[in-house]
Amino acid sequence: MSFKSITATSRWRIFKDRTAGGIMLTLTLLSICLVILVGFGLYLKSIPIFQEKSLWELLTTPHWKPLKGDFGFLPFIMGTVWVTGIAILWTLPVSLLTAIFLTENARPQMKKFVFPALDILAALPSVVYGVWGILVVVPWISDKLAPHFVEYSTGYTALAGGIVLGIMILPLLISLFVEIFSSVPKELREASLSLGATKWQTTKRVLLRRTAPGIFAAVILSVSRALGETMAVLMVCGNIAKIPDSVFDGCYPLPALIANNYGEMLSVPLYESALMLAAFILFVVVFLFNVVSRIILYRIEKSFQ
Amino acid sequence: MKLKFIEEKIFKVLMILSTLFVFGVVANILYTVVKEGWAAMNWDMITKLPGGGFYIGKEGGLLNAIVGSLYIVGASTVLGLIISIPVVFYLNVYRSRKSKVAYVARLAFDIMFGIPSIVYGAFGFSIMVYLGLKTSLLGGIIVITLLIIPIFIRSMDEVARELPKDIIDASYSLGATRLETIKVVIRQIAPGIATATLLSIGRAIGDAAAVMFTAGYTDSIPTSLGQPAATLPLAVFFQLSSPIEEVQQRAYAAALILTIIVLILSLLGRFITNRFSKNKVQ
Amino acid sequence: MKNMLFGLFQKENLFGGSPEKEGIILNEDGTFLPNQKFYKNTENSNISVEGLDVYIQNQHILKNINLKIPDKQITCIIGPSGCGKSTLLKTFNKLIDTTDGVRVEGKVLVSGENLYSKHSDVTNIRRKMGLLSQRPCPLPMSIYDNIAYGCRIHGIRNKRKLNVIVEYYLRAAGLWDEVKDRLHTPAIRLSIGQQQRLCLARGLAVEPQFILADEATSALDPISSKTIEELFVKLKEEYAIILVTHTLRQALRIADYVVFMYLGEIIEAGPAQEIFKNPKKELTQKYLSGAFS
Repeated sequence: MSFKSITATSRWRIFKDRTAGGIMLTLTLLSICLVILVGFGLYLKSIPIFQEKSLWELLTTPHWKPLKGDFGFLPFIMGTVWVTGIAILWTLPVSLLTAIFLTENARPQMKKFVFPALDILAALPSVVYGVWGILVVVPWISDKLAPHFVEYSTGYTALAGGIVLGIMILPLLISLFVEIFSSVPKELREASLSLGATKWQTTKRVLLRRTAPGIFAAVILSVSRALGETMAVLMVCGNIAKIPDSVFDGCYPLPALIANNYGEMLSVPLYESALMLAAFILFVVVFLFNVVSRIILYRIEKSFQ
Repeated sequence: MKLKFIEEKIFKVLMILSTLFVFGVVANILYTVVKEGWAAMNWDMITKLPGGGFYIGKEGGLLNAIVGSLYIVGASTVLGLIISIPVVFYLNVYRSRKSKVAYVARLAFDIMFGIPSIVYGAFGFSIMVYLGLKTSLLGGIIVITLLIIPIFIRSMDEVARELPKDIIDASYSLGATRLETIKVVIRQIAPGIATATLLSIGRAIGDAAAVMFTAGYTDSIPTSLGQPAATLPLAVFFQLSSPIEEVQQRAYAAALILTIIVLILSLLGRFITNRFSKNKVQ
Repeated sequence: MKNMLFGLFQKENLFGGSPEKEGIILNEDGTFLPNQKFYKNTENSNISVEGLDVYIQNQHILKNINLKIPDKQITCIIGPSGCGKSTLLKTFNKLIDTTDGVRVEGKVLVSGENLYSKHSDVTNIRRKMGLLSQRPCPLPMSIYDNIAYGCRIHGIRNKRKLNVIVEYYLRAAGLWDEVKDRLHTPAIRLSIGQQQRLCLARGLAVEPQFILADEATSALDPISSKTIEELFVKLKEEYAIILVTHTLRQALRIADYVVFMYLGEIIEAGPAQEIFKNPKKELTQKYLSGAFS
């Protein structure tokens, strides 16, 4: 029997193999195109507003009065920056310490308890965080915390948004950090320990320095996740279209702006376009942050293989 | 005592405190949701549709939102699986590890994974306006499918990348084509597919921002794809913004239902990853 | 009529168009025995390699290989690790094609047909080359499905036929008695030695002409390893067996023909007697005497 002469059945099988390959490639490429399509679609929708105003003007003026045709995005951008800033500021040390504890100091069984807990945190829907924020965080701020600093606060503040948002990105940060730290070879730590360094010194000098790019990437990734988080923040941050002066002021992040106004936007000229621009801005920032952090993380992954 | 030992002690304490804090937060969230939700929970909540005057505190339940969520999540999970299994298979069997296409595809899916659901919602909404569609079950399904495809693909891909090359080679050496090898690959990554599915369902059922634009909200159970559909997260959101206390309480009940569903999915996911590796070759 | 000839294994019934074979003796009570005279490969299947060069990532892995491998004998490829033994084996069933950045030049002729010609039928080639890898690699399915997998791929769907095939080849690999009561349990639950025999049975079930074994006993315990060796000796009546090994003693025990490789080149090849008794090259002598390994 010859190898060269392809029988009818195997010709059919090879044909099926190739065709399926083609279909799957198309499917893959189409889904990749979706990213571009989303960006492009949102851009197209925001063109009308660019014809009236320059991007610079839109981004730097603080007045938001859709009925008068004023579309200044500054309060919303600052709102996003405040909330995200607060969130990352307190979660970074907490998640770093927890991750170091889990990988360096704790017994391996510890992970069996912590990871399911993180799973739960990661799985909870954002409205549930919102409910929790309203029930716990908001009253705590207005009753306990704010009176020490300001005369009066409703509790629906940038701080509340930051706290809730921080808890939402905790599982992502911790699991990324644990992954990054576990990729550092054991020998490196042993080398440092055998020179007489304490565990913490080893962590500080060797582990953190070695994984600095990874930590950076993880933070960027979590920030981009935080930027887009809508419902939970919307429910606790007060939604006041004003640049906040302190953490006890309400604020109004970009995603909340989109979510709150989608219904009425069709009736006001340029309103829809303005909201789509908000979505487009969000898309571009998140896209760039993701590209940067993923490429760094891929490099790290590769270097340890 | 030397400074470095004091420093060591301090940081050790801080580390333990952070870890305890994480536990504390989880416990507190669950406690709060269960406590408030349980108080408002009753059998009507999950078996009845909203009655007349439901939104001023009269009787009725959340069946519309529960069924709406299940419709949307069920359909988009099926669609998501149909699209993502071939993609994962293609990336891992048809393409080699160093392939450029696979690299770009993985990057793209990671980015899609990162795109906020509100952006998908806004995009879906503008597409629907463009096509002249109203908020509907169909719209919700499409947007949620877009939202979970990257989750599906990346979490399955993670498992598929660990696929031993030996197994694929063994299949090839029996004369199988790449396509025919799918049977082997699927069996090997079956636990991964299951976990990915649960993960995606969890994400899909909890997402409010995307369906807000596209699926709308209604008090009845949709009977066709063109009708709007209520969803649980939006039930929480809308009722919580009501000034009437009874209605707010129902938001807590809805939140509890949602939390229970998500917890079950998450536990099931862990269980499958740990146990369900029956046929799997290590 | 006590026994009847069961024509299942005639090749046209299985895979179409090839010499007549005798089948299986079916007893009246429905059990059957494999016919001892089953499968006598009448084709002269030999592999000859002409001027083969293999590059992986621009590294020259195999250098100008010329080789003839005899039929119905055990050919052992020996040499220190990293000398290209496994790569050479992989060129025989074109599994080398799945490696990243590989380039193959030259010819591998099997019964006169070049595997690396443009229109060769990869799936059919691989079917003809049963592969036994270093670590046993059962597919993630039941014992039964492991054997049936290859047959189903090649178009046998009849359940009765499959049952017969599964039993026959499990017997051929000496595994039937150990697993007959748990055919539908996952193959991964077998011991590692049983797994390797399962892999052998799986390879045989698609009716190859050659058996390629890549250090197939190195991961096994001594007893399983002996069983596999004995199977090879039995099987060489019907197949050409090519065995990569780096345990010299194994080659001494079972080899009929020996190929010694070093740094991607064939230093010496010939009948086992000659190579082991009077190696012509100094390098071979050194290797055989244990100067390096």
